[in-house]
Amino acid sequence: MLRVFPILNVIGLVVLLFAFTMLTPLAVSFYYQDAALHAYDEAILITFAAGLLLWLSTRHLRRELKIRDGYLLVVLVWTVLPAFATLPLLFYMPHLSFTDAYFETMSGLSTTGATVLSGLDQLPKSINLWRHLLNWLGGMGIIVLAVAILPLLGVGGRQLYKAETPGPMKDSKLTPRIAQTAKALWLAYSGITVACIVSLRLAGMSWFDAVCHAFATMGLGGFSTHDASIGYFNSPAIEAVLIVFMLLAAMNFATHFLALSGRSLRVYLNDPEVLPLLGVILIACLSLALYLWHAGTYASYWTALRFVSFNLVSIATDCGFANTDFNLWPMFVPLVMLLLSCVTVSSGSTGGGIKMIRTLLMLKQGKRELEKQIHNAALLPVKIRQTVISNQIVFAVQALVMLYVTSIVALTLILVASGLDFVSSFSAVIACINNAGPGLNKVGPATTYAILTDFQTWVCSFAMLLGRLEIFTLLVLFTPAYWRK
Amino acid sequence: MKIIILGAGQVGATLAENLVSEANDLTIVDLDADRLALLQDRLDLRTVVGSASHPSVLRAAGAEDADMLVAVTQSDETNMLACKLAESLFNIPTKIARIRAADYLKHPQIFSAENLCVDYTISPEQEITDYLRRLIDHPGALQVLDFAGGKVRLVAVRAYHGGPLVGHELRYLREHLPNLDARVAAIFRGNRAIIPEGSTVIESGDEVFFIAATENIRSVMKEMRRLDKKISRVMIAGGGNIGRRLAAALENDYQVKLIDHNKNNSARLAAELHNTLILVGDATDETLLGDENIDDMDVFCALTNDDEDNIMASLQAKRMGARKVIALINRASYVDLVQGGQIDIAVSPAQATIGPLLAHVRRGDMAVVHSLRRGAAEALEAVVHGDAKTSKLVNRRVDEVKWPEGVTVGAIIRGEQVIIAHHDTLIAAEDHIILFVPNKQMVRKVEKLFQVGFGFL
Repeated sequence: MLRVFPILNVIGLVVLLFAFTMLTPLAVSFYYQDAALHAYDEAILITFAAGLLLWLSTRHLRRELKIRDGYLLVVLVWTVLPAFATLPLLFYMPHLSFTDAYFETMSGLSTTGATVLSGLDQLPKSINLWRHLLNWLGGMGIIVLAVAILPLLGVGGRQLYKAETPGPMKDSKLTPRIAQTAKALWLAYSGITVACIVSLRLAGMSWFDAVCHAFATMGLGGFSTHDASIGYFNSPAIEAVLIVFMLLAAMNFATHFLALSGRSLRVYLNDPEVLPLLGVILIACLSLALYLWHAGTYASYWTALRFVSFNLVSIATDCGFANTDFNLWPMFVPLVMLLLSCVTVSSGSTGGGIKMIRTLLMLKQGKRELEKQIHNAALLPVKIRQTVISNQIVFAVQALVMLYVTSIVALTLILVASGLDFVSSFSAVIACINNAGPGLNKVGPATTYAILTDFQTWVCSFAMLLGRLEIFTLLVLFTPAYWRK
Repeated sequence: MKIIILGAGQVGATLAENLVSEANDLTIVDLDADRLALLQDRLDLRTVVGSASHPSVLRAAGAEDADMLVAVTQSDETNMLACKLAESLFNIPTKIARIRAADYLKHPQIFSAENLCVDYTISPEQEITDYLRRLIDHPGALQVLDFAGGKVRLVAVRAYHGGPLVGHELRYLREHLPNLDARVAAIFRGNRAIIPEGSTVIESGDEVFFIAATENIRSVMKEMRRLDKKISRVMIAGGGNIGRRLAAALENDYQVKLIDHNKNNSARLAAELHNTLILVGDATDETLLGDENIDDMDVFCALTNDDEDNIMASLQAKRMGARKVIALINRASYVDLVQGGQIDIAVSPAQATIGPLLAHVRRGDMAVVHSLRRGAAEALEAVVHGDAKTSKLVNRRVDEVKWPEGVTVGAIIRGEQVIIAHHDTLIAAEDHIILFVPNKQMVRKVEKLFQVGFGFL
């Protein structure tokens, strides 16, 4: 167990710094003089003290971290921070159970966007801002996790992304050092966020709503300040702005950084994921709108297209906004949306699921095996953008996809066993493991996850963590070999 | 001329063989003493054992008073360095280097006089690839040779029953295709050259060489034989330097399959070629060929570096139903053995690649030289210089020039214009004249005609 202390030292420091982020809702609360003002000073004090204590008490055990420590560190960051993030919620709403509060903050930091809270419109502005800020901070963490840390650990063929694809990373001016890479990516992330805030304001939101929704969009979280989500605004202009920014957030931020720093759009064409992402979404939107129009859900094709585009982009990119209760649509359409949420977003974005690059790799692997049946002697390497992907990476990706599917099945069965109906169970697991947000049926866009029992809520929280950390990172801690000396 | 050849490999040896008969003083340098001994037994030349880029070795090879250095070792770097040394230490006037890597060739400025001092670069693998590519683009042709940067081509075809011209006199070609200028440069019946005249009758089985503008080639070929179907499926055996380049050149226009027996090499090929199906196995393996539908293949090219393998693989492929087979054969005696039998075209890499080198060795300004019929005949593109006083050609009609017996003037390139030569065509200065020389002994006489400064006829 000695190994754990140096990691705890780092966690102490992270918690300490996290306390400062709570100053933002404090300031907002003070500015608006809302009812949650008293919740923050205690929360900040406790968080700060806990972090300081942890940091000081393990200070003498500090040492250089090894790559292997990365797994535990990442998992601890993503489990401990949500716990401290619950404090403002718990202090403001004493009736809220820790289970629900933890679900809410985990949903925030993992950028899932599923909520147990209702009456969002009546919440103090600072509490709402806190939820959205979690989305945004979570997104920041994920980008660095995805682009810098997971490749270092080689999770699920992630090294693919590091050196082997001719995508953005190879000719990138992104630096070899994690700290500098992180800075570059956060710059791109923050820049696009500002653009999103301004666009939303121009499209008709208030400044406060614009900031909150921009946070939720860029993190692909999907929290809203309104129970009716984006349906509250009923504005095609706002929806259009959000669609554009959700798609941007679903692309690789390293690509954005290169495009911004090189002032060239060509890097998007060189990114192997951008075109498939946009292509799949475009085709799905056009054809599902046709389906809904034909099924008579909407009288006009253009109305159908408006609602399908917004909700499909929102779910497929794992954001989780809604502008109508798509649970009422014929089952086929939301089901396709949920399945798309598993596969479409790019690696290095703030979305979840198995990522487009792995999807492509699996499809090519499937095609290779088919061709192998016909041409027995043929040598058929799997290529992405004319670069050969080594078999080792293909195997790693296969293993990840296998574990991902297994996790979905297992967690669904657990929820069904605990008494939830199948559609709700399945959709809740998919929505949580992909960090998308709303599911179907009892956990659909018009309802909340509050109907779940405590046990079911924890299962969903676990699913969010599992999906966010790309399964391997979390599961490796459950292997005895990891703890062996 | 005193010539030093660096490297006694395939290219070096063939070059030596071709040049030694033309009264040149040859010195050949290689690291392998055995290989040199073998060459010396056959040819009248001097050999030096040693590293081709060492100044002492170059001096021993007579670099101090050499007229030309031809660096054709396996290593691009050695070749380039040797040229640089030849310039800075020995002042050799003409330096030719074989360069394989496309990366170097992409930056021609590195070869300039201030840098590496390479006067001409040659790339035999690229030559042979282009040669094969032209054969595949013109199904039915035995040989397709470029002149004037591809504007004019010399094509060899075998005449067969079914071609409208077969069994007729040559002048019928002009009546039959009045709008189309082409010239029959030579006809080979068996091993005998026939000088083509208006009254010559083409027989089935004749090997006909004709010269025409590139866009007219198909129409002329149609006169000699029924046109072959267009080629769409190509199978290549052997993924070496030539097989790889050919596959890369063809893969976007044809369906290409490539067989290579070496697993590591295949993996490299598969990474590099994006539209070619790479098969690992033996090109003579009947099951493999059968599984890969050899009977649907339009062309099967055996391009390994082993003559016997190439012959056996192409025979096998032909028997199993490949429409046309091409074999790469280094040994001259094998070429005679197989050409025209089961194997449709036997390509000798040495013959196909020697041309550019010969062009630099020749006296007179030769733009292109192609070696034909295993070195017995040549096709030349020569440039006319001087004026009516100093040149034997300028301002004279084609039939006024004393050409050696049997030499045919095929075409004249004047600027961008292609003129198919007739007996009354006037020759001007700076014309490029395309000639067919049926016998190599006549080359010297032709060279003399193109040299400037003799004054009177």
